Amino acid sequence: MKGITTGQIKMNIAVLSGKGGTGKTMVSVNLARIAVPSVYVDCDVEEPNGHLYFKPEDVVCEEVSVLVPKSDPDKCNGCRECVRFCRFNALVFSLDRLTVFNDMCHSCGGCSVICPQEAITEYPRTIGHLELGRSGDVYVRTGIMNIGEVAGSPIISRLLDVNTSPKKGITFIDCPPGSSCMVMESIKDADFCLLVTEPTIFGTHNLKMVVELVTEFDKPFGVILNKTVEGEADPSEEYCLENHIPIIGRIPFDRELSNLSSEAKIASEESVRFENLFQSILDNISEMV
Amino acid sequence: MKIIVPVSDNTDDSNVDPSLSRAPYYMVYDSETGASESISNSAKDSPSGAGVKAAQTIVDAGAEVLLTVRCGDRAYNVLNGAGIKIMSASPGKAKDNIDAYLKGNLSELDTIHEGHHHGAN
Amino acid sequence: MMKQLLILSGKGGTGKTTVAGAMTHLFRAMACADCDVDAPNLHLIFGNTGKEQRKDYYGLPKAHIDEAICTMCGLCSEMCRFDAIKVGYTTRVDSHACEGCGLCEAICPQDAIEMRPVVAGDLRLYTDLEKGVFSTAQLRIGNGTSGLLVTEVKKQMIGAAEGTELAIIDGPPGIGCPVIASISGVDMVLIVAEPSISGLSDMERILDTARGLKAFSAVCVNKADLNPRLTDNIVTRCREREVPYLGEIPYDPEVVRVVNRGLTLAYSECPAGVAVREIFERVAELLYEGVVE
Repeated sequence: MKGITTGQIKMNIAVLSGKGGTGKTMVSVNLARIAVPSVYVDCDVEEPNGHLYFKPEDVVCEEVSVLVPKSDPDKCNGCRECVRFCRFNALVFSLDRLTVFNDMCHSCGGCSVICPQEAITEYPRTIGHLELGRSGDVYVRTGIMNIGEVAGSPIISRLLDVNTSPKKGITFIDCPPGSSCMVMESIKDADFCLLVTEPTIFGTHNLKMVVELVTEFDKPFGVILNKTVEGEADPSEEYCLENHIPIIGRIPFDRELSNLSSEAKIASEESVRFENLFQSILDNISEMV
Repeated sequence: MKIIVPVSDNTDDSNVDPSLSRAPYYMVYDSETGASESISNSAKDSPSGAGVKAAQTIVDAGAEVLLTVRCGDRAYNVLNGAGIKIMSASPGKAKDNIDAYLKGNLSELDTIHEGHHHGAN
Repeated sequence: MMKQLLILSGKGGTGKTTVAGAMTHLFRAMACADCDVDAPNLHLIFGNTGKEQRKDYYGLPKAHIDEAICTMCGLCSEMCRFDAIKVGYTTRVDSHACEGCGLCEAICPQDAIEMRPVVAGDLRLYTDLEKGVFSTAQLRIGNGTSGLLVTEVKKQMIGAAEGTELAIIDGPPGIGCPVIASISGVDMVLIVAEPSISGLSDMERILDTARGLKAFSAVCVNKADLNPRLTDNIVTRCREREVPYLGEIPYDPEVVRVVNRGLTLAYSECPAGVAVREIFERVAELLYEGVVE
């Protein structure tokens, strides 16, 4: 029996994990493929991988820029108020001129506000771009941060706001690993969080950190136990049972699944076995919400 | 002329610190008077941008020559832009490196390492 | 002089910590550091026993508003680029959103705002007479790791480990500043690569970074049999780049059982354990003799 089928509801599901390599992208990509029409958003802007699976077509690029300062040498008198103000050490004054280290700048606009000579103005600088495309009935949105940039949050923010999706259907948000502020930015609009973990004590330890994160943000959540080993005690499962955390799915370790994913192939497209596996996870999610 | 060296403590006998931007102190040696003093490096506690802040400190100290083991690209941009010569120091006493420089035995630093790129705070 | 071996992997989940733990036991290293501070795990197999010392680690200061002085003019909220200040019944700072720029402090007409240091986590040092020194850190949620923190974790270990012959460092994930900070001063970088498309690209990027820092690197492949084609690619790339390739470790379900018991692969008879010991021999040759047969 299927719960509410996708396509009838509009919701955001964030997929996250405490550490990298637990299968977050594999899970989000496969769920998005099963749940068509759907949206897949890759918020791992430092290292996006989802597009490798989908190979989206009709891709439209959109640049993402932030404001950075520059100083008018005619107005600047070398007082260095701006250098003293900048807490990110993005400004240096030497040889009678101000130098800005753009990739250190957090675009707070502070220097231009406090300059007593009003010598500082701001202009937009590209820090990355979005790629918006389609793979069948999956709308694929990828955020890519330029190498060497400081902050991915503005890209993630734009990625979540941009509207290329159908009016209904589920949006799967593939989050960056860990629990940093980029992860927080990624989950802010989530209606439900799916936490992917593995059956090692490492996985459990990192799961606890993400549970703390989603709890602090008051997000309903459930866990997917990935790479489970038959007949083996699973510390992550025990942790979930002890803490009454819903287990949404169990994906046993499977060489074929692993091999397909390592080649960036979508397992649920390649075999009915995997299609059924991810469909049942989707059914569990729709029953929960 | 003022010669500056990143050092691990603020004594005359101190060793060259392996880091430029996170060294606790800089020794500033005045070749005209032979006197040296220690200034502390506030950049060492910065989570980010230590290289930039350190470079500003070095520029403000009036240094013409810097003796260092390493230098990151951001600090290099500032120092080079300000006309400060950057020479390759060897691990050991700062004073020995200064002597070696004054005798013409040090060469310019040729490896500038890639800067630190931070994830979001 | 203490030698330092750093283990890196790029993306997470390649088995870096598992390999680091095994190396610690095989080398009988008496100093160890877990620089993977976003997700510290090494203590789960190394064991954080012995005397514990903690030290607060401060990140960037965040804005704090003195409600007694605040007149609710809303200027701070209007000027904040990060939507970190909300004016409701009171003026409140969202400390997760606050980036610590200090603009609000500078412009508040009442001087009601002050940037205050915030504890972002803590440094932890464990000293045990039998096991040696173990240095790590735990970050509070919302804080990312930084080059400064990695440097502090290493410094803490080095400071406590005088006279130790070898230190093993479990490195941070990714390729950015924390990785660069971890590479500084080490004698050898061992890259644990994963035979996947993203794993291969990560390996290349770490090799580039290490080369830029003049660090000596070697590569091994974990879970190699999950994709023999890409494992071969990695071997070829290492040869093309003249980077020593030290061998492969097969996927082995026994590893999960070993790790979950808080043990390392060092003494395990399973296929992965055998493979790790062979790689250990080659790492030892490189570290101490500079050559590998």
